[in-house]
Amino acid sequence: MTLPKPNLRILAVLALLITVAAAFVLGVIAYQRHEQLAQIQQASAHAERLVRMHSPVAGPQDAPVTLVEFFDPACETCRAFYPILKDLMRAYPADLRLVIRYAPFHPGSDPVVRLLEAAKLQGKYWEVLEMVLAAQPLWADHGQPDLGKAYAAVAQTGLDMDRALADAASPGIESVLRQDIKDLNALGVNKTPTFFVNGRPLPRFGEEQLRSLVAEEIARSKR
Amino acid sequence: MTASMKRPAWLLLFLAAAAALIATAAAFFLGEVMGMAPCTLCWYQRIAMFPLVPILSLACLANDRRGVVYGLVLAWPGLLVAAYHTLLVGGLLPQAWVPCGAGPSCLKQDLSWFGGLQLPWLSLLAFALIVVLLSLVLKKTAR
Repeated sequence: MTLPKPNLRILAVLALLITVAAAFVLGVIAYQRHEQLAQIQQASAHAERLVRMHSPVAGPQDAPVTLVEFFDPACETCRAFYPILKDLMRAYPADLRLVIRYAPFHPGSDPVVRLLEAAKLQGKYWEVLEMVLAAQPLWADHGQPDLGKAYAAVAQTGLDMDRALADAASPGIESVLRQDIKDLNALGVNKTPTFFVNGRPLPRFGEEQLRSLVAEEIARSKR
Repeated sequence: MTASMKRPAWLLLFLAAAAALIATAAAFFLGEVMGMAPCTLCWYQRIAMFPLVPILSLACLANDRRGVVYGLVLAWPGLLVAAYHTLLVGGLLPQAWVPCGAGPSCLKQDLSWFGGLQLPWLSLLAFALIVVLLSLVLKKTAR
């Protein structure tokens, strides 16, 4: 028997590569569709878990569109999305409210979440949130979070730190954190930020997808 | 041409390349698409499996018997690690030997949606197939 001609060999290897690559891409599409459907089902089955009484809210309380963000103060993508969220709030001042839920997946996030909740008691929630995000590159080194630097940055907002740190250790704030973690597990949230717009998850993660889903829900609320 | 092959040997080599490519695509799918982090032992198996794709594909294209030898140098250690991993998952080796530090456990790498199929079994199957195919090519082309 003779060997396949060089052209035939190239053709065979190419066909193999293309077949496996095509199977891979089809698998990715099928898998992502499956995951997306699962999250939609999970979110609608646990709709009551999206917003809690204790959740911090920005924008009008009775807005027709609710954007829920599962948020980690140490997450770089959450930091990158914060200006986008502010921009959306400016664009729809009467129709959109932002609800913050906590998903403290990074080491060192827990105490910062507690501090944020303590700042809420002093009426400085959003100032402290912005400061925590602004200082994130200083304190949120993955694997080696430096809480001292986070606290030093937060102190610049004029927060009463002694009171805040005492409040942060209170059972009330502990239960907020525990409830948020229970809810994110029930909703299948495993990455931050995870967004829900009126209970709908993003079709795919991205700024454009978030903006268009918000615009879609705003338009629907006007009908 | 001392290093070339005839058709049956070439086809066996092609099958080995296909096995390596499919195993590599599957590892990428599990890791990058499904977000399963590989454990330490899985990493060693990936190190052995991934380079098999270019080595065996180029050997097919160039009809070069030496590529089979290079492939075996990677496939044998891969096979041994996969065998070790399989025995570990099967509970046939004491757990104290597990070299996993931080990161996911080497003992819980199952795909529940295939009825609890363990990843090391699939890896072992792929490496065994490649070693057998490449050894056959060597035998068929021996002078």
